[in-house]
Amino acid sequence: MNQEPLSLTLGPLLFNWPAAAMLDFYRSIAQASGIDRVYLGEVVCGKRAPLLEAAQVEAADILERSGKQVVWSTPSLPITRRERASAQDLIRTGGLIELNDISGLPGIQAGASFVAGPFLNIYNEAAAAELVRLGCRRLCPNVELSLQAIAAIHAACPELELELFSFGRLPLALSGRCHHAHLHRLQRDGCQFVCERDPDGLAVETLEGDGFLALNGVMTMSQGVQVLDVSVDDLRTAGIGALRLSPHSGDMAGVVAAYRRFADGAIDAAGLLAELPPSCLPGPPVSGYLAGAAGMRAAGRA
Amino acid sequence: MLRSAIEAGADSVYCGLRDETNARNFPGLNFSAAELADSVAFAHQRAAKVLVAVNTFARAGATDAWRRAVDTAVAAGADALIAADLAVLAYARDQHPGLRLHLSVQAAANSADAIAFYAANYGVRRVVLPRVLSAQEVAALVGEAPVEVEAFVFGGLCVMAEGRCALSSYATGRSPNLSGVCSPPEAVSFDRSGGALTPRLAGLAIDRFEAGETTGYPTLCKGRFSTAQGEGYLFEEPVSLNAMGLLKALRAAGVRAVKIEGRQRGKAYVARVAAAFRGAIDALERGEETAPFEKLLTDLAEGGRETAGAYRKVWR
Repeated sequence: MNQEPLSLTLGPLLFNWPAAAMLDFYRSIAQASGIDRVYLGEVVCGKRAPLLEAAQVEAADILERSGKQVVWSTPSLPITRRERASAQDLIRTGGLIELNDISGLPGIQAGASFVAGPFLNIYNEAAAAELVRLGCRRLCPNVELSLQAIAAIHAACPELELELFSFGRLPLALSGRCHHAHLHRLQRDGCQFVCERDPDGLAVETLEGDGFLALNGVMTMSQGVQVLDVSVDDLRTAGIGALRLSPHSGDMAGVVAAYRRFADGAIDAAGLLAELPPSCLPGPPVSGYLAGAAGMRAAGRA
Repeated sequence: MLRSAIEAGADSVYCGLRDETNARNFPGLNFSAAELADSVAFAHQRAAKVLVAVNTFARAGATDAWRRAVDTAVAAGADALIAADLAVLAYARDQHPGLRLHLSVQAAANSADAIAFYAANYGVRRVVLPRVLSAQEVAALVGEAPVEVEAFVFGGLCVMAEGRCALSSYATGRSPNLSGVCSPPEAVSFDRSGGALTPRLAGLAIDRFEAGETTGYPTLCKGRFSTAQGEGYLFEEPVSLNAMGLLKALRAAGVRAVKIEGRQRGKAYVARVAAAFRGAIDALERGEETAPFEKLLTDLAEGGRETAGAYRKVWR
């Protein structure tokens, strides 16, 4: 079992924040001592990318100057020529990248390594072994996977680093259509970037008022916020070496601090839940997937 | 059902084994190993082909069941295997090098780059396209793809990219990728109060039908929900895909096969849809129009309404 402390990473920003807000956010993350690695790049919608590119490059510069490792994350559903080219451009920079769609694989040179993101359909140890053969060194497992499934992957591929999606609204579905724009009676092609109005996604409830989902452009997310309600020992047994926190508006530095204390053994899962700043919880804490249950099952019930 | 489709003129029929290895793991559907072998024999006598779907993602720690399913398909004489999981594709490539491989829509290969990866690494010979692409995008993709292309033309319509949706497991713990089902029947219940009918999934109200409204199977993404913008269909109104009007364009684009969703349907439905498309395709071959065949199927659509889906870019 790996005895180094669990590291904390910041996943790619999934929401559409204005460039200035995004830069402010990454400036604060650059000062946060608990984070070792930050993923950048627009993974949700190719339409957003050109508007944010300059700010993302500046953010990378700020983060690297303060000693954080930056990994570029590729689009999760590249269809248009521009979206496809964006992944290939990132691959050609030669730095470590995270692939979120299988279409990026042909661009990986023999001998080069990459990170497999949570949008890839790697559900078992044999599929993980295929990626390892192709150069995958780290996997952020698909959010549907249970800790038990992740442990099976670890047992068969012990050299593969595992980074668990540990905080944030869960990315659940991708579509070629933009349901966020559609809700505002707009087409995707003329969407006016309405997703920018909802910095943590647009809440969706059932007709009876139960919180359920959140729209984020072409991505549908959970309204519930994934949190960990397992022990650090359980995480280590499953081979997990890093915890990925997904950016939200609110006191993200507070989230980082709470997860750092949890990872260091200063607090347990109940303590973690208690210390998470409410401003960073746009929905109820959930964790069912890790136990192999419905993803929306409330955290702390196991 | 397989026999009805072949008798009505289908060139190939796709099917699955009766377990979680295929993406239509619903009670009462699919084949045992013996039934599959009989069906292949029936199809081959009539010069038709059987394509076996082992197109879910193998469960971690239990991948043997998926390997056995591949072996069963081969032993039954399947003409091709439809798969999505890298684990299944790698096993088929290594253990059954003669087996023809088709890439399932569940693999979500949206671009020529993705298709090229599967062709180069696993020898995939045909790709089934996701239903998120427009006709123009299909044409561009056929031009670039190194393998045959098959497109869905009739049946239910996923509003999400296939293979990239976990809405069902978020509510119920089971999903297409995890267990071959979406909105699984054991999680479905109905409440009737006043004149209204409320379908529930894992207890969550996913729609509400007033008296007289047409109801269908309560699939999560086809329901009505509430947001700051009001109440209504969140993703799409319940309509069915009917791309018969685009057959000519798909054919001109180089699409090699068109697929009709037949599982979870009755024999009469399958026979009618297969016969209508057989007629339309034969008409095209003779240089005639498909229009007379288009009207044959409108009453079969979900909620009585149909669409050409993403093929005609309406609100992308």
